[in-house]
Amino acid sequence: MSAITVPELRIVGFLCNWCSYGGADTAGVGRFQQPTDLRIIRVPCSGRIDPLFVLKSLVNGADGVLVSGCHPRDCHYSEGNFYARRRLEVLKRFLPILGIDERRFEYTWVSASEGQKWKNVVQTFTEHIHELGPAPRLDASLVKTAEALLTDAA
Amino acid sequence: MSNLEELKHEIKKRLPDLDVVIGWEQGFDPLRTSPLFMRTAEDVDRLLWGPLCVHNLATYLPGLKGRKVGIVVKGCDGRSVVELLQEKLIDRDQVVVFAMPCEGVLSLRKVQKAVGDLDYVESVETDADGVRITADGVDHLLRFEDVAASKCARCGVHTAPLSDVLVGAADAREAEDDYADVTAFETRPQEERLAFWLSEMDRCVRCYACRNACPLCVCRDHCVAQSRDPHWLSQEDSVRDKWFFQMIHAVHLAGRCTECGECERACPVGIPLLLFKRKMNKEIRELFGYRAGMDVNAVPPLQAFKVEEDNIKERTL
Repeated sequence: MSAITVPELRIVGFLCNWCSYGGADTAGVGRFQQPTDLRIIRVPCSGRIDPLFVLKSLVNGADGVLVSGCHPRDCHYSEGNFYARRRLEVLKRFLPILGIDERRFEYTWVSASEGQKWKNVVQTFTEHIHELGPAPRLDASLVKTAEALLTDAA
Repeated sequence: MSNLEELKHEIKKRLPDLDVVIGWEQGFDPLRTSPLFMRTAEDVDRLLWGPLCVHNLATYLPGLKGRKVGIVVKGCDGRSVVELLQEKLIDRDQVVVFAMPCEGVLSLRKVQKAVGDLDYVESVETDADGVRITADGVDHLLRFEDVAASKCARCGVHTAPLSDVLVGAADAREAEDDYADVTAFETRPQEERLAFWLSEMDRCVRCYACRNACPLCVCRDHCVAQSRDPHWLSQEDSVRDKWFFQMIHAVHLAGRCTECGECERACPVGIPLLLFKRKMNKEIRELFGYRAGMDVNAVPPLQAFKVEEDNIKERTL
C-alpha cells in the first residue's frame, strides 16, 4: 500500500541545514512525489541533535522520527556528524528496553545533491511507519491496559 | 590490628591535611548506616566498614570541589571516583582515596523481604555463616548470597581501581558480567516491556531520590528536569513525564554510569531503574569496548569518535 493514499501519521524529521535540508529542497525542486507525513525541523548540524529530541518526540506522540545529516566526512563543521553517529546508534539500540519499537526511529545521511535519494528515504521510512501503524499514546488509559496485561501474564 | 583499625589509623594520620574525610557510621538502628563526615580524630572512631556500608559516597565529591577531601570507597564507589576524575569534575590533588577490598553489601530491600518488617531491628551480626538479624524479638539467619545487593554477584571490581591508601590485600577476583538480566528482559514481547515500564513508572512519586543519589548526576541545580527554558518536563504527575525523566537520566549517563545501583537503592517505591543504565552500558560495551570508571586517562566514548567506526554499520535507508 502506498503511504501517499492512506491517512497521514505523524513523523518528525530532524534535518541538518547544510546537506539533508538541501537534499529535501532538491527533491522539491525536482518535483518528486513524496508522502506528506513528515514534519521537518531544521537544525544547524546533526551534531546539534540531542538524543532527547528523538525520545521527547516519541514519548509525546510521534509515530516515527527520522534524523538526517551530511554523510560522514562531509560535515560543514568537520566533525559534528561523527559525534551524532555515535549518539544516534546508541539511542537506536537503547529503545528496545523501553518497549518502544526501534523501527520507529531511523537516522541516515543525505547530501544536498541527492534529491532522488531523499525521496527514497522519505518513501521507505514512511512506508515502514505505516506498516507499524500509529504509536500507542502514553496516557492514563494505557497504564490501565498495561496493568491488566501484566496481571494476565503473571 | 584489624583492617578497620588500620584504616582509622591511616585516616587519623592524614586528617590534619584534609578538610573532611567521608565514611560511614551507625545509623538510627543496627541495620542502617549513615554517611559520616570526619573532621576530628574523635569522629574517626565512629567509622564503620562492612556489608552495611551501602551508600556510594562519591556523590558528595563534586559538591566539595575546591576543598581537600578524603573518601573511603568500596570497589564500585572507586569506579565513580575515577569517572569523576576523568570528566574533570574533581581534582586529583584535592582528593585522597582510602580503599579497602569489599566483600559485598546488603540489599535492605531483600532483607526486608526475608524478615518481613524492619521497623524495630535489635541487632545485626555478620560472619562467615551469614547475617543474623534480630528484629521484633525474632532471630533470622540469612545466607549472605540471598540478601546481598544484586550488583555484588556480578562485581569484578572489589578493590577501587585507584587509591592513595589501600588497607588490606587487593582483591583481584574477577567475574564476567554477561548482562543476563538485560537480555532476559528484552526477550519479553514488546507490549509487555512497554506495559512493565508504564506500570512501574506509574508508581513514581517524582521525589528525584534516584537523581540525588547518583554520583554522576552532577548538574544538580541546573537539572533539565527543572529547567523552564527549554521546558523539557512539566511538573505534571503523568506517566509520560515521569518516564521521560528516567529516559533523560539514562541518556545523560550513557557511557558514564558505573552501575553502583544507587538510583535503584534510593528509590522509595522500588522501581528497577538500574536496568535502563545496564542496557546503555551493554550497548556501549559492544559498540566501543568501553567500561566507565576504570581508567583515569580514558575518554568517555560519547565525547569522542572514530572516522571509521569499528562496530557501527553503514546506514542503508
